[in-house]
Amino acid sequence: MRNAQDKITYEPVNNDGAKYILQLFVSGMMQNSVRAIRNLNQICDEHLKSNYDLEIIDIYQQPDLAISEQIIIIPVMIIKNPLPERRIFGDLSDTEKVLEILNVK
Amino acid sequence: MASNIIKAPIGSRLKKTPTGIDGFDEIISGGLPKGRPTIITGNSGCGKTVMAMEFLVKGVVKYNDPGVFMSFEETKEDLISNMESLHFDLANLINKKKIYIEYLEIDKAPVVNSGGYDLDGLFARLQNAIDKVGAKRVVLDSLDSLFFGYDKNILRQEIKRLFKWLKEKRVTAVITSQLDHGFQSSDGLEQYVAECVVALDNRVINQTATRRLRIVKMRGSIHGINEYPYLIDSSGMSVLPLFAQLKDHPLSTNRITSGIQDLDGMLDGKGYFRGSSILVSGSAGTGKTSVAISLINETCNKKIRSLYCAFEESSSQITRNMRSIGLNIDRHVKSGLLMFYASRPTIQNLELHLISIRKIIDTFKPEVLVLDPITNMMSEGINSEIRQMLANFVDYLKAKNITTLFTAAITLETIKSNPSDEGISAMVDTWILVSNVELNSERNRVIYVLKSRGMNHSTQVREFVITDKGINLLPIYISNEGILTGTSKLENTLQEEEDNHLRQIRFRTEKARIDRKRTILDADILKLKEELAFYKEALDKEEAENDLKEKLKNTRNDEIQGLRNRTKSSNEKSKGRNK
Repeated sequence: MRNAQDKITYEPVNNDGAKYILQLFVSGMMQNSVRAIRNLNQICDEHLKSNYDLEIIDIYQQPDLAISEQIIIIPVMIIKNPLPERRIFGDLSDTEKVLEILNVK
Repeated sequence: MASNIIKAPIGSRLKKTPTGIDGFDEIISGGLPKGRPTIITGNSGCGKTVMAMEFLVKGVVKYNDPGVFMSFEETKEDLISNMESLHFDLANLINKKKIYIEYLEIDKAPVVNSGGYDLDGLFARLQNAIDKVGAKRVVLDSLDSLFFGYDKNILRQEIKRLFKWLKEKRVTAVITSQLDHGFQSSDGLEQYVAECVVALDNRVINQTATRRLRIVKMRGSIHGINEYPYLIDSSGMSVLPLFAQLKDHPLSTNRITSGIQDLDGMLDGKGYFRGSSILVSGSAGTGKTSVAISLINETCNKKIRSLYCAFEESSSQITRNMRSIGLNIDRHVKSGLLMFYASRPTIQNLELHLISIRKIIDTFKPEVLVLDPITNMMSEGINSEIRQMLANFVDYLKAKNITTLFTAAITLETIKSNPSDEGISAMVDTWILVSNVELNSERNRVIYVLKSRGMNHSTQVREFVITDKGINLLPIYISNEGILTGTSKLENTLQEEEDNHLRQIRFRTEKARIDRKRTILDADILKLKEELAFYKEALDKEEAENDLKEKLKNTRNDEIQGLRNRTKSSNEKSKGRNK
């Protein structure tokens, strides 16, 4: 699994006032995608309150975006803001990993 | 053709998508399984991408099938520029929306995993790509890179799903894969998922890089199981079908003149069969090339195109040499009727030569082909393999109704020591032997037709005379001593004259021999006399010495006697004094 064992550390992010801009690429038909949407909504509600913009993109609806973002593995979430841009793939069932990459305590 | 001829089974119920790759469709009975996935495996640098791309390009150009190329390894720009050297006008085909290329970058950014995932991003993009051009052909080059980063079990499952999905889409797909990677692993996923597996291989034989292709698997269809040589050059990929089926070619009863009137006479009076294969063999300097050039010259005189493959001499050397026997072939080169393919066999090996020659034939469309000499090509590689290749090549030429003349430095003697040489002669329809006969301190050429299928050929041995006005075949003269080669229509008087001349030569030779012998004998006599004199002298000397010795001995004896007497008396004297 890619970098699964690696301890990934990110620069401390200043969350004061800055909104999370999140993109979740999904495929409407796939189980993993359905679970990812549910998991992400739950995490956002619990940890980000209203301080986030979440865009859920169906790759079949917006293939050009899938091309420009080089999406192959689904589902994948791209954290556009705060910078640097980060990616996490999977159904986001491992909440710890998601919070870690979002830099939320 | 009669319907009661049983043919080896070819083809199958499966529908095929012809690749359009030169020679490949022949060995895979028509093409790749239509609407099904095929895997092309092979180590890096053996041409998987080229083969896959040519499958798409030829699909558009030859069969009007639009295609999609999903590249995991090279960017679209890199692909386009890499394929430029292959004369695939990719940019144009992309503009016309016949081909769509998309680059899929696996290493976009380091990613963290959280939970289950799938490859649906690829599916969506593939669907999108197929819709863009209405693709009937799809290439995925290659899936290996996926296996470096993700869970193999998930990927295997997803790739199985992908293959199933591709079948549902009814696209003929080609998926490339390196050996020893990903789904080429020990559990052999490709065994289950692909309908067809083609293996490419790059190896070095006799210091020559050799490329080989093998059909590992072809579900529900007959395919060649051997390894086939292939080549990639500026016009793409070419596979040499080694063991293609023996075909029933429409046989020609038309004749083509050999360019040597007397030789035509030996061949039923009409010359070779058009589209047949002719072997002219003989040791060095017997005039094989002259026979070949005569055919070329005569063919070009009739405004028919010929191809001359020279493996020993350069084209300029041949044209110069042929001018000396009255054959001006330079003008045919200038008028475009004659083409030379000159190459040293060491540069490429046989299969590459044959592929190159096939390509020239396809564009130049000659009716007569000369390979001079074929034995030079055979120095490369293993004999049985070579023979198969040549047999197949001969078959191909027959199918094209091309009259082919091979020259070979084989004689009946070399066949004895190397029986495999005979194999070549078995492939040809007409076998002409040229050899040297040495007699009367003169070396002459003789020619005879050893075999010629389907015609009542002459069984005579003729003298073969190369003059500055071309080639003449003369009847030979048989005497008590065997074959005598001399001038042709020898009248009796001339013959007698010749006989006299021969006798005179023989007499002169004999006389010279005897004279020489006498000189030697005289010398011997002189030597013996001298020897005798020497011995005599030695004897005399010995005698004289003996006389002298005897004389001296006698003198000394007297002296000693005298001395003894003197001593005796003096002793007596001294005795008396002492008393």
